[in-house]
Amino acid sequence: MSKEKITMTEGLADIMPPEYQELVATATYGKEDRGWKDIGSSKELIEQHSLCAGCPESIAFRYILASLPNPEDTIFVGSTGCTSLVFPHVAVQNIHSLFGNQNAIASGLKRALARRYPDKVKDVVVLAGDGATVDIGLDMTMQSWFRQEKFTTICFDNELYANTGGQESGLMQKGFVAKMAPSGKNFDKVRLPEIAREAGCHYIAMLTVSKPGRVEKALKNAIMVAREIGPTYLQLYTPCILEIGKQSMEGLDEMKESEEIGGRFVMKEYISDQAQELIDTLAAEEKARKKAAKAAKTKKTVSA
Amino acid sequence: MNKTVDRPKDRIIRSQHVKLGTKNKMGQTYTDINTMFFEVEREPSFMTGSEVIRQAVKVASVGTSVAYPITPQSEAAALIGELYAEGYLEEYFRGESEFAVMGQCAGAAFGGHRVFTTTAGPGTLRAMENFPMWAGSRLPIQVCVTMRGVNSPLSIQPDTLEAHYLLETGMLMWHAETAQDLYDFILKGFIVAEQPDVHIPIATMCDGFFVTHTKDTVMLPPDDLCLPPYDPYKSPVPCMDMECPPVRMMRDPFVMKSNYISYSTHASWQQEIRAAIERSRKHTIHLLDGLIDVHNIDREIIMVASGTAVSQSREAIRLLEEEGIKVGLVKIKTIRPFPHEEIKEATKRAKHIFVPEFNLAGWLAREIKAIVPNNERVIAGPHVAGGMTMPSEVIVEEIKKYLGIEVASSDRRN
Repeated sequence: MSKEKITMTEGLADIMPPEYQELVATATYGKEDRGWKDIGSSKELIEQHSLCAGCPESIAFRYILASLPNPEDTIFVGSTGCTSLVFPHVAVQNIHSLFGNQNAIASGLKRALARRYPDKVKDVVVLAGDGATVDIGLDMTMQSWFRQEKFTTICFDNELYANTGGQESGLMQKGFVAKMAPSGKNFDKVRLPEIAREAGCHYIAMLTVSKPGRVEKALKNAIMVAREIGPTYLQLYTPCILEIGKQSMEGLDEMKESEEIGGRFVMKEYISDQAQELIDTLAAEEKARKKAAKAAKTKKTVSA
Repeated sequence: MNKTVDRPKDRIIRSQHVKLGTKNKMGQTYTDINTMFFEVEREPSFMTGSEVIRQAVKVASVGTSVAYPITPQSEAAALIGELYAEGYLEEYFRGESEFAVMGQCAGAAFGGHRVFTTTAGPGTLRAMENFPMWAGSRLPIQVCVTMRGVNSPLSIQPDTLEAHYLLETGMLMWHAETAQDLYDFILKGFIVAEQPDVHIPIATMCDGFFVTHTKDTVMLPPDDLCLPPYDPYKSPVPCMDMECPPVRMMRDPFVMKSNYISYSTHASWQQEIRAAIERSRKHTIHLLDGLIDVHNIDREIIMVASGTAVSQSREAIRLLEEEGIKVGLVKIKTIRPFPHEEIKEATKRAKHIFVPEFNLAGWLAREIKAIVPNNERVIAGPHVAGGMTMPSEVIVEEIKKYLGIEVASSDRRN
């Protein structure tokens, strides 16, 4: 899809809602260097959200949507949970079907789109919570990696089942007392990044969403590698402030603390050799493009 | 029941697809269903039900098929894989379970492909959560259900119990009696399910082994013809390919709302799916020559059946006729939409309505009891289950016993 496809006929323009008018006027569809810095100065692809005040998932959503390299041809696949409450507000097509089958849906979707649009890039991105990714959907998550399906899986890791009221999940820390873990969780946090590596993912990053630049870079790497090589996985710590007893304004501090040296969310990346080669090539191309743009700007200034 | 109307020359609205009349990469010509089934000469072929499924898929212009092994559909699913290797399908792979397979099928359908898959028995139940999701998402996926037992201890034998579980999933359900039915239903099923005013999934069902693993003569159109491709932009909901503007679907997700708007949205959507099933009648009646077939329905005793129970009933009727007992027959082709008015009309003169079934629950008898007046006329049986065959003599014996006609010991099947 191009930006032209979202433009309105004159006859309908006055009855379209203001957020759609804004989308046509100032969305960053088609902008090559779009990123988190566009937030606040251009139309965001997320309008409002129905998450709790201060929920780190809401800011993660904004960073991700602002950083997608190709939103005009990106389809999201979600799952049941807090994330599924946000997707209806997003100006990118998204599928919510069942709880836990997101990587199965994405497998069929990506393959069908690749066949229908052989000359066009159609990115598919899965975004689901840790219950959907690691517990009920682990089979389908991993099988899509085994099969080398070419899409990105993003897990919003809030270390519990938030939407149903704070029950134990596989990504919860050992010993944490929660609903359904009345004496504390008695096994370790599932090491999904390591499992992802063994299962065939080519780019894996685990981080918090405290630093937007990092999130943007990891997302872009993940999508470009998935597009060209094979499956990629991002695990983003988005604490459920409500269920871990924090205040609305404490989400950022919680993330920062957890990524300090020795913390369980110190940023980790795994990049296969093939993926590294691609990332380096893309970085070199980006550098050359910026250099050329700068040179052109200088030339223009001089000639003026 | 639909009003009687003059039948147009075409059984169903002709496809307007731009590829109609052109050739695909396998050299098959995209051909309208009216031509394929009602104008082109057919040739006989002798093959198993599984081979018939393969043959139908070969000419169905299927985009994606996802497979998972389970008896008795494994052979058909593997044969479709061979078609893929030959180049007849665009995508084919083995999923990891029926639950996953039906999700993968949904993904491909969301992405605009025509999708076909097969399952059976426990696989149908494992996949179950997906079927109402397919219907609610308006995905016209076709699943061929080669029915088999669902019970513990493990059974792989024929049994039609799983159809009972599918009744309220929001899918169209067509029940094939023979391999010929199965071939016709698969191809016609795509066309009906994909109509813009229908656009819901379809389960084409057959009795496992009895149909899948036996050979029969089937009349086939030439396989250098194939159905027109699926057009995802005729769907009543947007295709998920970002080729039409993404809209904010709602200001607040309904799941968060406990109010009348939320309730009525969900309720009306369920009603709409059922209305779509009913709207399929007008297409189906012409394509299948009615939702039921009837024979001698002026008789006092009538058997009403679907699937291979119809074949067994035909033979039982012949045996009873030899003894001077005259029995009529109603063959039900579509379980959803359920031909309630047709059945009421066909059985209005009957004093006794027997419903033989290959399952213990007697779901078809319940459906019929729910719609005919004076339903004490409906006799739910005979039933067999767990893989038993239903010899025509058993049906004869049941009817005679019910009518109070003495059954000679030599007639009894022990």
